Amino acid sequence: MLVIEGVQTFYGAVHALKGVDLKVGTGEIVALIGANGAGKSTLLMTICGNPKPRYGRILFDGDDIVGIPTHLLVRRGLAHAPEGRRIFPRMSVVENLRLGAVAADPAHFSSDLERVFGLFPRLKERRDQRGGTLSGGEQQMLAIARALMSRPRVLLLDEPSLGLAPLVVKQIFAIIEEINKRDGVTVLLVEQNAFHALRLAHRGYVLVNGQIAMTGTGQDLLANEQIRSAYLEGGHGR
Amino acid sequence: MNAVARVKDAALAALVAAVLALPLLGFATIDTGGPLGISTRFDYVAYAALAVFVGRLVFMALVDLWRERQMDSAREAAHDPGKPDRMAQIGKLADRWLLPLMIGFAIVLPFLPFADRTVVDLATVVLIYVMLGWGLNIVVGLAGLLDLGYVAFYAVGAYSYALLQMHFGFGFWEALPLAGLFAAFFGVLLGFPVLRLRGDYLAIVTLGFGEIVRIILLNWQKVTGGPAGISGIQRPSFFGFPFSADPPAGKTAFHDLLGIEYSSIHRIIFLYYLILLLALITSLFTARIRRLPVGRAWEALREDEIACKALGINPTNTKLTAFAIGAMFGGFAGCFFATRQGFISPESFTFIESAVILAIVVLGGMGSQAGIVLAATLLTLLPEIAREFALFRMLAFGMAMVLIMVWRPQGLLAHREPTIKLKPKGAS
Repeated sequence: MLVIEGVQTFYGAVHALKGVDLKVGTGEIVALIGANGAGKSTLLMTICGNPKPRYGRILFDGDDIVGIPTHLLVRRGLAHAPEGRRIFPRMSVVENLRLGAVAADPAHFSSDLERVFGLFPRLKERRDQRGGTLSGGEQQMLAIARALMSRPRVLLLDEPSLGLAPLVVKQIFAIIEEINKRDGVTVLLVEQNAFHALRLAHRGYVLVNGQIAMTGTGQDLLANEQIRSAYLEGGHGR
Repeated sequence: MNAVARVKDAALAALVAAVLALPLLGFATIDTGGPLGISTRFDYVAYAALAVFVGRLVFMALVDLWRERQMDSAREAAHDPGKPDRMAQIGKLADRWLLPLMIGFAIVLPFLPFADRTVVDLATVVLIYVMLGWGLNIVVGLAGLLDLGYVAFYAVGAYSYALLQMHFGFGFWEALPLAGLFAAFFGVLLGFPVLRLRGDYLAIVTLGFGEIVRIILLNWQKVTGGPAGISGIQRPSFFGFPFSADPPAGKTAFHDLLGIEYSSIHRIIFLYYLILLLALITSLFTARIRRLPVGRAWEALREDEIACKALGINPTNTKLTAFAIGAMFGGFAGCFFATRQGFISPESFTFIESAVILAIVVLGGMGSQAGIVLAATLLTLLPEIAREFALFRMLAFGMAMVLIMVWRPQGLLAHREPTIKLKPKGAS
């Protein structure tokens, strides 16, 4: 569904991605793990068109999407919940969700709203509260819910566990799994929390210094000694 | 702060005052018959320094007292988190009740006993600023694009009407939509180069844009009349019935139409209602568009541009429409201004006008309609009232602005009404 071939991205002179190949099949959850500065977020942002890759192709549904502006990608069914949540702080929860639905048919709004409220009952309780007054976990739920409002076929999630309590992280990952299983949304998940991400994912990629160092099923990667020592030691339950 | 720190602080302030006072108060020129002589008045410098010393001591003591009380109320609020900000509550009530109240008052104003020519005239000026404030609020308050050159669109509207009327004989109602259209076009013209800019950088470019328009008006003598401006602009008529004691042949004057005595105040009142109508249209439009996708996109853009893109909002179109529509209302206001004054020149469209309009939006509380009315009233009436102390007018103006910003940095009535309300049981 989403195929990335030989993508190289530069920030000025900095070579951030040095030829990345990655595939996300329909209905899969794919986790992309790696240390700080490995280029995980850069890859997600490159998929979204900002920055543009200097070399390589990005295929979505078989079409090359390099050069298509970010806002049009959403209309094709590629939603991005950016790093740091980026909810609209002065708007209410419902308004945030309404803005998530700008790319979708307005006729679906009510039913979609019920659907995401079904996934996130907490948001329903807080529907008239301003986004900025929500807790970190609730904000992350809102960010994911907002991305879902555009009825994506592929959901790109950038560090959904960032800065959240372990219990909340568990909740969020359970919901991601549900979105994938129940609604058939394909998920590309960028995470530093490798343990949770790999347990959830069908397949995983390990990004080191802008290159894919390793790939395999989530279980394989979890069992891998190198990965255990590099990313997982002491990381259980984090 | 302990006593020593306080005295130190006050002494520093006194030193600054003394340095400033030395050239300003310390020397005076005296007429010695021949060349100018200079007398020294160092005692004045000492008085100034002393006054500042004492003043600073008292001021800092008051500030500390006030801070303590703030801390107390913050502590109280921490115990009782359900209690929302009092002024925000007032802002909420204000948008619901104050605005209709103000509109009601504005409608009956010309018939109140104290409403003579001066009052209605002054109210018209206030309403022009209310309308400009509401127009700029679309750009600054909703879309979050800091525009320091708003007066340019006001000027474009005014000159559009003046020129259309002069060369093609357009009437006010025919020229009004065109003036708005031209201004909107200029809004897009400004919007394109600044698409990538935000915050301070955007402010600088818009400031420059305002000046460019003014300087073009000043120098393009052939078309705009240069510094002399355009005079003899047609005064408005009541839908074809002129306000005049002896109307031109074949036309019925307004007072004959109604069968009342001619009075020069009819036109003043008509102008007043005209701007009231235009301002109300602006207000209604703003309230309405906030609930439409484009209005929501403006507000989202103000909150977070990256999130907007990620959600499928086209930032280019969103910014351009904000500039265009904000400019359009500026153009309408300018068109009205031209017909009211009968004379326009670049003098009326200087940077200080932009600054005042922006001050109205910021002081009023970005996004609050009632707040903008309050601020516009305050900022236009204050200079009028303070006219008696002409020397201190700007001083008082500045002081009032500083005080409001210290007391309420978010504006007088900052409050944002959500654009969607679900039914209580979540039935929606």
